[in-house]
Amino acid sequence: MNDEFQPRIIAFLCNWCAYAGADLAGVSRIQYPPTIRVVRILCSGRVDPLYVVKGLQSGFDGVLVSG
Amino acid sequence: MEGIEGHAGRFTVTLREHPRFVDINKCIACGVCAEKCPRKVEDAFNEGLNKRKAAYVQYPQAVPLKYAIDADHCIYFEKGKCRACEKFCPAGAIDFNQNERIFTIEVGSVVLALGARHLDPSAIEEYGYSTFPNVITGMQMERILSATGPYQGRLVRPSDGQPPKKIAWIQCVGSRSTGATAHEYCSGVCCMYAIKEAVIAKEHAGRDLDAAIFFMDMRTHGKEFERYYRRAESELGVRFIRSRVHSVESSAPGSDSLKVRYADDTGAEAEEIFDLVVLSNGLETSNEVRELADRLGVAVDENGFVKTACLSPLETSRKGIFVCGSVANPADIPQAVMEASAASSAAARLLAKARGSQVREKEYPAEKPIDPAEIRVGVFVCHCGINISSVVDVTEVRDYAKTLPGVVYSTDNLFSCSQDTQQTIRDAVTEHRLNRVVVAACTPRTHEPLFQETIREAGLNPYLLEFANIRDQDAWVHQGCPEEATVKAKDLVRMAVSKVTFSEPVERLQITMHKSALVVGGGVAGMTAALGLAEQGFPVHLIERNGNLGGNARNIRATWKGEDVRSYVEELSKRVIAHPDINVLLNARIESVSGFVGNFLSRVRKGGRSEEISHGVAIISSGGGFYKPEEYLYGQHERVTCWHELEDLFEKEPERLQRAEAVVLIQCVGSRDEDRPYCSRLCCTASLQQAVTLKTRKPDLEVYVLYRDLRSYGLREELYRKARELGVIFFRYTPENKPAVSAYEGTRGKLNVTVQDHVLNIPISLDVDYVNLFSAILPQTDNDLPHLFKVPTNTDGFFLEAHAKLRPVDFSTEGVFVCGLAHYPKPIEESIAQAEAASSRAAGLLARGTIEVEPVVSVIDQERCVGCGFCEASCPFGAVKLVAVAGKGFRAENIPALCKGCGICAAGCPQKAIDIYHFRDNQILASVQAGGETTREAKASSRPSPAARVTFVSGYLMRRDCMYHVGHTWIERMKGGRLRIGVDDFAGKILGPVDRLNLPPRGEVLRQDRKGWSFLRASRRAPFLSPVTGKVFDINLDAVSHPENVLKDPYGDGWLLVVEPKGSEAELKHLLYGEAGFRWMEEENRKLLELLGPEYERLAASGGGAVEDVFGIRPEIGWETLVKTFLRTEV
Repeated sequence: MNDEFQPRIIAFLCNWCAYAGADLAGVSRIQYPPTIRVVRILCSGRVDPLYVVKGLQSGFDGVLVSG
Repeated sequence: MEGIEGHAGRFTVTLREHPRFVDINKCIACGVCAEKCPRKVEDAFNEGLNKRKAAYVQYPQAVPLKYAIDADHCIYFEKGKCRACEKFCPAGAIDFNQNERIFTIEVGSVVLALGARHLDPSAIEEYGYSTFPNVITGMQMERILSATGPYQGRLVRPSDGQPPKKIAWIQCVGSRSTGATAHEYCSGVCCMYAIKEAVIAKEHAGRDLDAAIFFMDMRTHGKEFERYYRRAESELGVRFIRSRVHSVESSAPGSDSLKVRYADDTGAEAEEIFDLVVLSNGLETSNEVRELADRLGVAVDENGFVKTACLSPLETSRKGIFVCGSVANPADIPQAVMEASAASSAAARLLAKARGSQVREKEYPAEKPIDPAEIRVGVFVCHCGINISSVVDVTEVRDYAKTLPGVVYSTDNLFSCSQDTQQTIRDAVTEHRLNRVVVAACTPRTHEPLFQETIREAGLNPYLLEFANIRDQDAWVHQGCPEEATVKAKDLVRMAVSKVTFSEPVERLQITMHKSALVVGGGVAGMTAALGLAEQGFPVHLIERNGNLGGNARNIRATWKGEDVRSYVEELSKRVIAHPDINVLLNARIESVSGFVGNFLSRVRKGGRSEEISHGVAIISSGGGFYKPEEYLYGQHERVTCWHELEDLFEKEPERLQRAEAVVLIQCVGSRDEDRPYCSRLCCTASLQQAVTLKTRKPDLEVYVLYRDLRSYGLREELYRKARELGVIFFRYTPENKPAVSAYEGTRGKLNVTVQDHVLNIPISLDVDYVNLFSAILPQTDNDLPHLFKVPTNTDGFFLEAHAKLRPVDFSTEGVFVCGLAHYPKPIEESIAQAEAASSRAAGLLARGTIEVEPVVSVIDQERCVGCGFCEASCPFGAVKLVAVAGKGFRAENIPALCKGCGICAAGCPQKAIDIYHFRDNQILASVQAGGETTREAKASSRPSPAARVTFVSGYLMRRDCMYHVGHTWIERMKGGRLRIGVDDFAGKILGPVDRLNLPPRGEVLRQDRKGWSFLRASRRAPFLSPVTGKVFDINLDAVSHPENVLKDPYGDGWLLVVEPKGSEAELKHLLYGEAGFRWMEEENRKLLELLGPEYERLAASGGGAVEDVFGIRPEIGWETLVKTFLRTEV
């Protein structure tokens, strides 16, 4: 069992770029840690500061906004 | 197709339909017929690698998914009895009385999309295809790698079912060869499919798999193909061996492995042993296609491909009959899909008048009303063959989904997108009265529309669907950790279910279509696209920034088939200018573009004026140019030229050609290098064409071609053969060893070219008169088109289509299309076909009066809006504006047709008056909350469990990890050094239900062993000693309003204060911890039992629990006594 800190991350990804990039990572079989959960949004501009707070409040260690 | 009569615009076609002996209206594709059928037959779809039954479905994703009886192998047809399928079919769909049917249909045009077949390599005996089981074809490899293939996607070899460790691919099997068993042309697709198979094989078997490709020239001339090739070699370690394989033999007697014997790059003999050998066998026309072409009166070439001209690539020799795909020329998927659109445009032009006359509108059932109070979610989890299920435990996810709130149904499917599963989903919606659906499968970016359509057909609003992306963003990226990937899949499903719970029906949004087009760029592609639309009756505005039409094609003399391009361009320009429906704007540039599909408004500047043009669609055909080399003395020496410049020079001064003795043509100048890592696709053919022309005009001229890989793909290989026959000399060079060009005298005289010969491995020096460079084709980048139309380009600057294979001329922005060099370098015949394709796609929109657009737009609550205008200022699409509302000032209003649903307005609205349909705040927040659930659980479980943290001492709950003060308070050290304080279980039990907590205010300083706070029970006061010295940082207001918590959960919700310690560390030593605390508690209990008397002592001896509410049951002990004895304070 690896005790190293594995941050759990909630990601808000723009449908048109970052989310497509995450799909492309899949198509390219690029491997990354399974501790990220993605919420698809139509633009990173949709991210209300409330979402960030909610992400941390819900138990995530980090919030990624990409778009 | 038996025959055709009539003429273009009015054909009568005779068709023969073979019986399938299954009534497709009754067949439910349950597969019982196949299960019960006793006859096994070689499965042709799996290339004979396994067996199917005589009752069968051709392949799992067949459309329509209906079974058939193979009459050639059916026992009933052979022997007159059996009919097991008929007996067991639950739907009564088997019908042995079906007969073949001959009938006619009336059509205006015909498109031949007959494809090609793979050449049978049995006849090429030296490769041993019919001798060795482990010599297979490219298509067999394709099936082996497929989840629905003979081995369910496991990479094993046919002879013994063992996974191979070394695999060889042999290229050009039956292609680029001479002799009766082979074809001279290049099959065009095999290099790319071999690389793809090698990459996928490595993905299946791991990086340790040794994959080697034996090839002559690597032909990765398609868009992004060169990068794929580079990545396969440098990142994945696929070995590329430039060679010619002459035989495949058994590696040793009794062994199933194979020895590949070949001549390497230098001509030396070599051999290597492999476990599996894949023959990249080429494409060819079947006899059936030749016969059909003959019946239709359509001419074919000597190879059997339907004859077309470069300048009319979709037309056959018979008017009204068109072609697309490999029936005319070996084509890969993007090319075939593009030509398919193009052929439909060509066919539609003939039918323009009849357009829409036989159209029936698709009808959907009325939407079922949704009761917001009743949530009934159905979850469909996809295996995607083995794409998902090889990593994620799909059945576990399915079962987990059933436990989620609101979920009433959950199932798993092999392919959720297959036609039968679509029906399963529709049936489940009805049967289980589902009002919301979650599909856990691939990515919503490609498949959401399909499933939205599916639930719409089942009477649900399409926005009651939610996707969980457990393939692209889970199974594919966590291949090494299946357990975590399964946890993630469950999380994603839970997030989707949480979101869909808050989903609501969203109404459709329709907009009217402005029936005209804007075409940007007046080259051959732009003119072809413009004519394609105008001839179907749609007005076109054609914008060209130069003073004349024609673009790059003006510099081309002939196509590779020899057709005169200049007169063609002349003719085409005249037709465009003369067409009444085409408005040609020369010397014009676009200044701005606004609007959206159906309603674009562009401002075009021409001369000093600018005008506004309304259009429904736009086609970008802005063309390209060529790289002006900085190498090989270009621009410094008059005899070093580029592309057509050499021909121009010889045309202007013919004596130059007459005097010349030798010419060198250099390939890949500025292509396939660090700066431009793509192949410019057309240069190899163009240089061969130039070499052949020069050699034909002056046979004693020495012509040298210096190349890296000769990429005369498809039928263009003929030119390569012809060039060699004419005596053109070819030298291959490598990027590490580029040729060198030097001048003998000044900048006008002869030149010297040295190049490393790859066979002799010595430098060769050539004295030549002219050097012509085939430099990279560049995209046109000195314009603002990507920004104006908001469409993307790739890293090389070429426009990026919506999908490389399936949507090759569309942008993801609706109503905008691309064709020609703007998309990627391509020869004129492909530009023409692509322009036809773009006009076909555009016409598909223009033909409709209204179109539906995505209704995921902003929704504004004007009651909450205060008219601040932040939304209007921040909207990048101009989709929100402030309007005056009587008596209220200004209020925001949205323009749905312009809105892209980005939500910037919603995120910025200080009043929270804006939300986005389908991405509402409550939906996103619910999803986030659900996403954190496992994390919260994991964090909770990483703390000591409550059971391990607490213990009972004499019947009183005590926390092991706390310190105790003798005044019956507990102290927990928090992260960061603060102390949390509460009263213990014992204190709660002696005082009983207290009704008020008098806690000190924040900031007050408490001192150890002084009164800190007090409890009140019916105005009786119980003061507590502060266990430490410190400043009150926080107080538990919940406990103040719910004093009962102190009794119910003294160490949890019933905590009282958080204190910043101010006292010395020594203070803490006065506190009790661990065993010392437990012994103290036992002592306190003894004191209490003394007060309670003998009756209770017996109770204690018999192991009974602690007494609840001591004061309540024995008030005679006295409140003061209890407080003084245990809390050590005075009332």
